[in-house]
Amino acid sequence: MAERSFAREVEHLRLGAGEEFRGEAILAITKGLLQAGVAYVGGYQGSPISHLMDVLADAQDILGELGVNFQSSANESTAAAMLSASVMYPLRGAVAWKSTVGTNVASDALANLASGGVTGGAMVIIGEDYGEGSSIMQERTHAFAMKSQMWLLDPRPDHACIVDLIEKGFQLSEASNTPVMLEVRVRTCHMHGTFVCKDNVAPAFTLEDALAHPQRDLDRIVLPPAAYAHEHEKIAQRLPAAIAFVRDNRLNEWFGPEDDSDGAPPVGIVLQGGMYNNVIRALQYLGLSDAYGNTRVPLYVLNVTYPLIDSEIVAFANGKKAILMVEEGQPDYLEQAVNTIANRQGLTTRVRGKDVLPMAGDYSVHAILAGIDAFLATEAPRLLGNRPPLPDARPALDLPVVARLRETVPARPPGLCTGCPERPIFAAMKLVDQERGAHHVSADIGCHLFSILPPFNIGNTTMGFGLGGASAAAFGRKTTGKRSIAVMGDGGFWHNGLTSGIGNAVFNKHDGVFLIVDNFYSSATGGQDILSSRASNASRKTNNPIAKAVAGIGATWIREVDRTYDVGRMKAVLTEALTTPEEGPKVIIASSECMLNKQRRVKPQVAKAIKSGTRVVKERFGVDEDICTGDHACIRLSGCPSLSVKQLDDPLRDDPVVTIDNTCVGCGNCGEVSEAAVLCPSFYRADVIHNPTWWDRARARVAMGLITYLQARRDRARPLAGAA
Amino acid sequence: MMPTEILRLPLAPAGEATERPIAIAIVAMGGQGGGVLTGWIVALAEAAGWVAQSTSVPGVAQRTGATIYYVEMMPMRGGRKPVLAQMPTPGDVDVVLASEFMEAGRSILRGIVTPGRTTLIASDHRALSIGEKSAPGDGIADSGVVHEAIGATARARIVFDMNALAVANGSVISSALFGALAGSGVLPFAREAYHAVIAADGKGVAASIRTFDAAFARAAGEEAPSPALAVASPEPAPVDAHCGPLASRLIERLPPGVHAMARAGLAKVVDFQDPAYGREYCGLLEQFHTVDLAAGGAERDHAFTREAAKYLVQAMAYDDIVRVADLKTRSGRHARIAAEANAAPGTLLHTTEYMHPRLEEVAGILPAPLADWLMRRPRLYRAINRRISKGRRVRTYSIGWFLTLYAVAGLRRLRRGSLRHRQEVAHRDAWLALATRLVAIDYALGVEALRCRRLVKGYSDTHARGLSKFDRVIATIETLAGRDDAADWARRLRETAVRDGEDKDLDGLIRTIASFMGAAVAA
Repeated sequence: MAERSFAREVEHLRLGAGEEFRGEAILAITKGLLQAGVAYVGGYQGSPISHLMDVLADAQDILGELGVNFQSSANESTAAAMLSASVMYPLRGAVAWKSTVGTNVASDALANLASGGVTGGAMVIIGEDYGEGSSIMQERTHAFAMKSQMWLLDPRPDHACIVDLIEKGFQLSEASNTPVMLEVRVRTCHMHGTFVCKDNVAPAFTLEDALAHPQRDLDRIVLPPAAYAHEHEKIAQRLPAAIAFVRDNRLNEWFGPEDDSDGAPPVGIVLQGGMYNNVIRALQYLGLSDAYGNTRVPLYVLNVTYPLIDSEIVAFANGKKAILMVEEGQPDYLEQAVNTIANRQGLTTRVRGKDVLPMAGDYSVHAILAGIDAFLATEAPRLLGNRPPLPDARPALDLPVVARLRETVPARPPGLCTGCPERPIFAAMKLVDQERGAHHVSADIGCHLFSILPPFNIGNTTMGFGLGGASAAAFGRKTTGKRSIAVMGDGGFWHNGLTSGIGNAVFNKHDGVFLIVDNFYSSATGGQDILSSRASNASRKTNNPIAKAVAGIGATWIREVDRTYDVGRMKAVLTEALTTPEEGPKVIIASSECMLNKQRRVKPQVAKAIKSGTRVVKERFGVDEDICTGDHACIRLSGCPSLSVKQLDDPLRDDPVVTIDNTCVGCGNCGEVSEAAVLCPSFYRADVIHNPTWWDRARARVAMGLITYLQARRDRARPLAGAA
Repeated sequence: MMPTEILRLPLAPAGEATERPIAIAIVAMGGQGGGVLTGWIVALAEAAGWVAQSTSVPGVAQRTGATIYYVEMMPMRGGRKPVLAQMPTPGDVDVVLASEFMEAGRSILRGIVTPGRTTLIASDHRALSIGEKSAPGDGIADSGVVHEAIGATARARIVFDMNALAVANGSVISSALFGALAGSGVLPFAREAYHAVIAADGKGVAASIRTFDAAFARAAGEEAPSPALAVASPEPAPVDAHCGPLASRLIERLPPGVHAMARAGLAKVVDFQDPAYGREYCGLLEQFHTVDLAAGGAERDHAFTREAAKYLVQAMAYDDIVRVADLKTRSGRHARIAAEANAAPGTLLHTTEYMHPRLEEVAGILPAPLADWLMRRPRLYRAINRRISKGRRVRTYSIGWFLTLYAVAGLRRLRRGSLRHRQEVAHRDAWLALATRLVAIDYALGVEALRCRRLVKGYSDTHARGLSKFDRVIATIETLAGRDDAADWARRLRETAVRDGEDKDLDGLIRTIASFMGAAVAA
């Protein structure tokens, strides 16, 4: 079950020829794949391509009608290897993942695929997570395309252009027997737009056809001597075929005046397709384009950034004094390539780029504007004319009140959701640290990585998805001192952690602690089902316990905590793991359902039960503000979003007291923590019993009768001194 | 970097850059419904036949972090779609919608709120950040700074508590922001068009429309904000025959500037124990007033007396199990919790307290000689502690537990003979003696010494940590006496201790002071 239901979006996939699609680009891409007649689709979820996976997972009916096989791959490597179906058969297939991390994982399979080449069109949808708001290291997929000789498409951020390039990309792949990558940046994936649809196409050649008539061609398999031949084939045949296809089908685009008679200036801009919208805006600020893309500066838009088409570059640059290469990210592969082409062809055109544009970071409109401005100022100053005023926030930012604001606005790091079952795990780790001193913690990718941020501040390294266990490998020797703790989530565990982390630790007799956080879903990527998910899923086999896998691979010290909110037990198990004399890895599996998904599942059920008259107890927590002293130790051990502080209207008190707002889901963490850490007695749980039974009522009546009597008695005796 | 001759070229601008799309940025926190609002704005523009494009980067901001959505919209021209940018450009944003007040501040820091251009629509309610909440005292950022910055940077502003308005109308903040956007009149769309967008969404439509309309009215100035309720002078709280004379005595003998604080303090101390304890409070306070006058307090607004009136209460009304049991069993609490939990009529309410008493707390209430006897027998002490010290889930409104708590609250009569009381009084007297000594040397430093009482708070371990923090700060302050900047250092020490949960900054500051004060502190 994904975080959202995609029933509405699935309907988009049914749109027919001439109908207009409205929505996110990543969904347009999904539709584009069906229009292109894919036979199979796979991939691994992650921002920004999760929605592609989620929609397809919810679209089993449509996929069934079209005969398309959709898989949620175990990891990106599995997805890439899936493309081998297109090696021998004319099957179109696509896989998707978050890059560059996913491409790193997949690169072994991709390199083999690219070496042997493909018969059917093979496409990798690359969600390029680069720039502000990215959650990963900042690198480029471009390098993978170059080293493996795969063609890299970088479409203009426009739904119609992207969808068109999917179809053309498959044709390119088939024409050149080479897998292609379609790179879409984060903002483009989540961009709302429209395009006119075509009908979906069922694959002409099906998976059944392939299975009925298996094909075998030793020349396509990466073994000597074929492997050596592949390299020559890439250069002698596939590259020229690709260049011819890109050129003949005009996959790249030209905008603006074309020659001198058109009033073209002696300069031009070469840009990655993905940069187009922001380049147009920058030109508009300089008075060189209107909002509809009527530019006065010639643009050569690379919807295909690898390979470059030498003849097109030469034709564009020839006769121009200078061209500017707009290329986001580093190193400057494209600028170097364009320079080489210009040099080999003996062009006198100056190639500018990273000398006026930033080498690293987002190519925001602002950055591009500054670059083009500097480029034109030296190469074609007359174009700039009297320089219309540019948008400039500096005068506002330089105001003294804004300087003061800079010191005031607090950081707002992401954190675990209200009621998150991972919160008590890290609270317990913090309590263990308070007793036994800090430990080396190798963290992993997933929601649990938020433990490295306030208020927990737990975690020393993170090396990649599922590699929490592996990255503790160096600390595996038995010593008399402290043990290392490796954290990984259930998502990372099934992605590769079972072998890279646990299997490795068992085999090498690692002495450390391995904590597996099991929240029933691949939660950080949107709540997809995985092998150990507890829900039943009609199209997947779930309910495969992590404990069985860990035992199966040879671990012997295994403890399961099946309610992570039990902070006391969590703490005791951690302490035992850190102190037991037993050899080998100490594996703790801490399981409770992701609260976000649980609420989505349970809330409607509870509402229905209350309505139908069934006895239901709803829980939430509260704080007695008279008892809270405003120390906030509970928040330093929790960080729950529903736990906040408020200022009291009491002249005798300085510090705000803790308060719990209505978003509380009654998970119990705050009470458990305050009990385990011996914090303070101000927390209480309020149980509201809906539709109480007669027995509930009778008991309450008797108890409250006595209680009210006693309270009145004490109230009468209480001295009254009044307040001012 | 611009050659100067270029600026002098007699050239007309190459073209107009004025015809640009309307740019709207939505700054929010993950999970606040920024995506819904973005979708509505896009639908609004599309319904009018415009082209609209939205983008966002959910990334790691998905869970409670700061995040930004961006929308551009523009009509088609001659069958051509406009080319829309994918991120806001500083200095060129027409509307910024902020769903939280510090996020409004952050949007100013991003440069997307500028005087020539931007209408800022912001809710001024606060969702506190983790850093503000986890400080061991008051770490809340000053919203006044954001108000000032908005005044200086926004072309127009619509600022009110849209969260409260949404909650009052049974909806969420996105409806209120959408209403405020409509009411601002920045976009050329009719109010009905906004209604249609909400209606088409199909979820909680009535409440959303209600919220939208209320926010529209506020933003469009159709409805003046309801005048602040006339602050009725509060009914004087009842005073009984034992306490009346005490209150009058305070008013007679203390300067008017101290009255309010002293009355509040007296009430709390009596509520904590009994009228006799109130008399003790009054006596101490009068003593302080004498010291204050001798130190020249009359010229200093009697700050020493006033701070004493406040912090003496914190020292006298300490937190022990009697007080906790008393507060948990008071009348009115059950009803208050039921209201907070939105318990509907026909439902029943129970509460479960999470308590973890240790023998330390229990021994505290024993008569001092008995407690001393017990303390001298560590093995017995540990054995008993093992039986007592564990987490207990206390069902407050069950007969058994209520009677237990009620009985503990009744131990109030034993309190003044207890071990804990003896300790508290000793600690209090040492602190007061120090403040009295310091105020004679350095008035401001004496006041600071009183204010340090704020550092003592919490229960069990937290209380012990607070106490140790207090002791370290007080010890350092003592060594500072005689320096011109002593009070300033004392204030910094206290403020650092209040902000720093891990004590690292405080320890650093104490070391700094020790380094210039020589070995005196180190010892």
